[in-house]
Amino acid sequence: MSLLSVSGLGIEFGGVRAVHDVSFSADPGEIVSVIGPNGAGKTTLFNMISGVYLPGSGSITLAGEDVTGMSPHRLAERGLSRTFQNLQIFQQMTVLENVIAGHHLHERGSVFADMLHLPSSRRRSKAAEVGAMALLERLGLARAALQEAGSLSYGTLKRLEIARALALKPKVLLLDEPAAGCNAVETEEIDRLIAEVAAEGVAVLLVEHDMKLVMRISSHIVVLDHGEKIAEGDPAAVSRDPRVVEAYLGAHAKEAAHADG
Amino acid sequence: MPELMQFLLSGATVGAVYALVALGFTIIYNASDIVNFAQGEFVMLGGMITVFAHMAGLPLPLAALLAIVVTAAIGVALNKLAIEPARGAPVVSLIIITIGASIFIRGAAQLVFDKQLHRFPAFSGDDPIAVLGATILPQSLWVIAGALAVFIGLWLFFTKTLTGLAVLATSNNRLAAQLVGINTSWVMTLSFALSAGIGALAGVLVTPITLTRYDVGIALALKGFAAAMLGGMGSPHGALVGGILLGLLEALTAGYISSQYKDAAAFIVILAVLFAMPQGIFGAKRTERV
Repeated sequence: MSLLSVSGLGIEFGGVRAVHDVSFSADPGEIVSVIGPNGAGKTTLFNMISGVYLPGSGSITLAGEDVTGMSPHRLAERGLSRTFQNLQIFQQMTVLENVIAGHHLHERGSVFADMLHLPSSRRRSKAAEVGAMALLERLGLARAALQEAGSLSYGTLKRLEIARALALKPKVLLLDEPAAGCNAVETEEIDRLIAEVAAEGVAVLLVEHDMKLVMRISSHIVVLDHGEKIAEGDPAAVSRDPRVVEAYLGAHAKEAAHADG
Repeated sequence: MPELMQFLLSGATVGAVYALVALGFTIIYNASDIVNFAQGEFVMLGGMITVFAHMAGLPLPLAALLAIVVTAAIGVALNKLAIEPARGAPVVSLIIITIGASIFIRGAAQLVFDKQLHRFPAFSGDDPIAVLGATILPQSLWVIAGALAVFIGLWLFFTKTLTGLAVLATSNNRLAAQLVGINTSWVMTLSFALSAGIGALAGVLVTPITLTRYDVGIALALKGFAAAMLGGMGSPHGALVGGILLGLLEALTAGYISSQYKDAAAFIVILAVLFAMPQGIFGAKRTERV
């Protein structure tokens, strides 16, 4: 049985079918990429899986439990965390505090013990801080630890959001365009990081436009077009599928022709 | 000289009350960016419930505890019944809801209790203590100690605890807070309970000095708001310093200019702060990303 499985998932916005009857599953250690042209419903699909939108139909199962329509904080408790295409960062907090907030679930103790600064709470807050710093090191953010998040560049914030998502020690990690807006070096770092995280046994769901990155690291690709799944399989099979070429690469070819014309 | 000392002592007492009201504003503001104008009503409820529970035969400490618990429950009800259903509305609308709630609570208090002035005995008697030629009431020391205790508690809460960080995270970015596993609706419930409880505590401490009535809340809310603005909205340091400064300013205005202008001091402070430094003394400078 799969760690995460999505079955017949769909949602409508005012009669428009944004996502319709999408099913797929992900196992621990797998990298499943969701690709498709702009407006295909990739982010909407992520929003349903992470509890931001209530699905109109279908179901989501996480580690054998039906989690359809569960609120984001309860999904986080069950080991599902995500990042956003357009960043959801605690702008007025420091980089370190952002990541410590991600440790919230694992290091939470008695409020009174914390206020009285008891040894147990000192150990716990030390653990949260050490864990957070280790993650910042891993993402090359250690030097910015005490800076206010709002003052950092977009590429840095992208990595900060990944660090915070990892602080939850997730079983399933959803990354929505982690490499968007990053330069070639940063993209390569993110590439390596995703592979590392998956190798640790996390199921990674990835939405990404960088096809080279997707083809290189995915174990499995789901292709969406107009909200429906049109193809699924390993990278080689998907890239040969005529429907994919038509919907995805074809659209690019048309865009390219349009730009030339 | 004894004259100045007397003004300073009475200013510090009044200032501690304003600081307590301002500290009450801090929590809800930190969780949601809402300035809760029903905060003064919590102070009134703290005093009034203690008075009536005491008259009904409860010993004073028990009556005070009951007042704090009941007021905290009323705070939670305010959140559940009026703020939560309007989730997603702009902050200004939510602030207007709190103004409406304060009018409602005042009206209800008029019906449930009465329209008379009330007091209950001071905790440690009414014999003034002499300090450098001036005097201070023992109850004033209770008020000042209460403000300091609440300040220290809140400061530790927001800087040392993960729950405090969760409250700040909720106001910073509610969606992100939910995604890292913070139950934001629980954070809101907690904030209203704590704010209301602190307001009620202020009412319990101050009633033996200033007396209480169904309509004392509105003036306290406005003065507490001025204090919080002066110190910097959202900062426990700011609430304490702003409250004490405002109290001293009022006492000195009353003493050296005219007690007629005492109330004007608070409003001149609001205007001056808004013109010169809208973020207050300890307030965070907010930068918007463009």
